[in-house]
Amino acid sequence: MILNQFLILSAVIFCIGIYGVLVRRNGVLVLMSIELMLNAVNLNLIAFSAYLNETSGQVFVLFVITIAAAEVGVGLAIILLLFRNFRSPDLDQAQQLKG
Amino acid sequence: MVAQNVAFSIIAIAMVLSAIGVVRTSNVVHAALYLVVVLAGVAAQYILLAAEFVAWVQVLIYIGAVVILFLFGIMLTRSPMGDLDLDNSQRMPAFVASLALVGTLTALLVDAFGKSKVVIDAPTETAALSVEIFRRYIVPFEAISILLLAALIGAIVLARRD
Repeated sequence: MILNQFLILSAVIFCIGIYGVLVRRNGVLVLMSIELMLNAVNLNLIAFSAYLNETSGQVFVLFVITIAAAEVGVGLAIILLLFRNFRSPDLDQAQQLKG
Repeated sequence: MVAQNVAFSIIAIAMVLSAIGVVRTSNVVHAALYLVVVLAGVAAQYILLAAEFVAWVQVLIYIGAVVILFLFGIMLTRSPMGDLDLDNSQRMPAFVASLALVGTLTALLVDAFGKSKVVIDAPTETAALSVEIFRRYIVPFEAISILLLAALIGAIVLARRD
């Protein structure tokens, strides 16, 4: 296996995640796209950990997974709050600060 | 080596197609289910790269917990379930931006790691991983416990009804 096959796969998934963040209106779907991006980064870390024969990369992935779980919890709480105030999970409606 | 490459290709194609499904589908629940396929594919890639423990953590936390959290989020925000237009009006610029980024990244990676090979002789032992966590990374490990507690309290404070 060459290193690049993993790195390019992760680049493709990262960019699909960016497309989702830019395009989706529903807050839950935006969070899902962010998860795609985080997973792409994790795949990169594991690939380099195998390439360099070094376990630190895997420890970092465990930390990233933990932080991603915390992020989803807080993010969904924020979207729930948004839903209570605007009666819809649509992020485009939260534009009171728009100039 | 050939078997690994075949497995990689099949999983990679499934992952990319499902990732596109996550950002293209018009049904919110289907997006969550596509996300499961992507996360399982990532876990399979970890196994291919001989990172067993991380693969199982991925299955437990992502597929087990995070996806359920997403389904709860879909339920609580009463997202419309039918087929609807879930995208805003910037599809074209977003597509161009992500395509440009993937092109740049691919060119950069081919230039930087064109011939590098991954050689795996033995799976990473979980014991070695735990030694690494509890010796070298003990301070970040403790810090992350505080972070989890803070996130828990923050989520409760935000979502509380009063």
